[in-house]
Amino acid sequence: MTPALALENITCTFLSREDPAQRYTAVRDTTLVVAPGEFVAVVGPTGCGKSTLLNVAAGLLAPSAGRVRVHGEPLGGINRRAGYLFQQEALMPWRNALQNVTAGLEFRGLPRTELLEKGNAWLRRVGLGGFGDRYPHQLSGGMRKRVSLAQTLILDPEMLLMDEPFSALDIQTRQLMENELLELWSADRKSVVFITHDLEEAIGLSDRVVVLSAGPRTRPIGEYRIDLPRPRDVAEIRLTPRFIELHGEIWHAMKAEVLKAYAQQRQ
Amino acid sequence: MHSSGSNLALRFWQLALLAALLVLWHVLVVPGILPPFYFDDPYKAAFFFGEPLKVGVRVWQWFVSGDIYRHLWITLLETMLAFFIGTACGVAIGIWLALAPAASALLDPYLKAINAMPRVILAPIFFVWFGLGVASKVALGITLVFFIVFFNVYQGVREVSPVVLANARMLGASSRQLLRHVYLPSAMSWVFASLHNSVGLAFVGAVVGEYLGSSEGVGYLILQAEGVFDINTVVAGVAVLTVFALVLDWVVSLIERRLMLWQPRSGETERI
Repeated sequence: MTPALALENITCTFLSREDPAQRYTAVRDTTLVVAPGEFVAVVGPTGCGKSTLLNVAAGLLAPSAGRVRVHGEPLGGINRRAGYLFQQEALMPWRNALQNVTAGLEFRGLPRTELLEKGNAWLRRVGLGGFGDRYPHQLSGGMRKRVSLAQTLILDPEMLLMDEPFSALDIQTRQLMENELLELWSADRKSVVFITHDLEEAIGLSDRVVVLSAGPRTRPIGEYRIDLPRPRDVAEIRLTPRFIELHGEIWHAMKAEVLKAYAQQRQ
Repeated sequence: MHSSGSNLALRFWQLALLAALLVLWHVLVVPGILPPFYFDDPYKAAFFFGEPLKVGVRVWQWFVSGDIYRHLWITLLETMLAFFIGTACGVAIGIWLALAPAASALLDPYLKAINAMPRVILAPIFFVWFGLGVASKVALGITLVFFIVFFNVYQGVREVSPVVLANARMLGASSRQLLRHVYLPSAMSWVFASLHNSVGLAFVGAVVGEYLGSSEGVGYLILQAEGVFDINTVVAGVAVLTVFALVLDWVVSLIERRLMLWQPRSGETERI
């Protein structure tokens, strides 16, 4: 079967703007393959180049070496089949919730009536039915994330790229959002690459966890299949013995890298 | 209720301050009220500083007889033309240079030089090029307005959030759509901040232009009155200009409030 997304031997080297002789290799020789309908979580210590990898998959960043294939075709420019959920605030502050949700459809030139109908349906689906006329600054952080989610999913992308989308939320809101994400995902099983530094979140959500080494020159150092049954409740599944067993196993592999990253940052 | 009540009280005190200043002016200049304490002649204070009542009468006469309308219309026309053309050029060129780093780097020293130049000094050149009519004043106003708007738009476009931009691209925006839906709205908040300044400067361009050479306009009226030492008419002209500058500024505020609904105001709560 053709993988939905294949990152083949990706290397990303950044040149320092002040001194071109100084280089920083964020990601080195990394291969990551995502099957159609698979939910892959990528974990790694902070600053290990996880976002770099995701930007390469999105086509926002061209790799220094290596190839990106989307459903077998080489990627040039923006990855049109992917939806991207950003870690930071990405809504357009000058558009209200409804206009933000329908932005992608508007860019595609859909007629206005269809646009509003779909937009309102998606707002209701993420639990924001009455909030269409609110501007982002009038919404809470959790509500803004839900608008972002609807904004991305309304375009029905074949794959989702998520860059620590819930890391800025408090723990309760976060678990609610994670369950909502799982519910939306189970409806049509898109391929997902979910970046996080939180191992519990990674195991709770995904089919497979990929562990990255500490940066610079990040590469995958382990892969773990998560055989927990679905549907899952992220709050409850943390208490099952299999979850704890998987967590122990992956954490054992990750710990050395986290300590390495910590030591580098202290220098 | 509380807020509208205190608002009314504030308005009252603002008007009271104006009235107090006018009374003070009146008492200090009108001959015979106070014994002369600075000038040796009791009529000199009024000669140099004008008298508020006579200024009021002059303004009244202007509007009743209709003499002022032609001049006011010319001045306002020059101001508006300078304002709109200057703003449009500032927005267009600001966006273009912000998105074209090569052109921006090439033109940078020239823009800095023209901005640093005291541009009112260009008035004689504009008189030669465009004559003594409306066009030369508009040209002067444009040179003043353009740079304020230009630098603000340039800054606004450069400070567009890279995440919002990346998000719009991922949502499928073409480069034209990025311009229309991301760069422009983001620059607009900077533009509006600059419009209050530029309305004032458009007025400066028009009036200074008229003052330096023209046959109509409020600046021309002021010049004429100054020529015969009619200080009351000079002050009346200044007062009329001030009122109209305030009106234009208020119009800009109105438009800003309508278009910038999305901006958070500090301490804003929902009214139920």
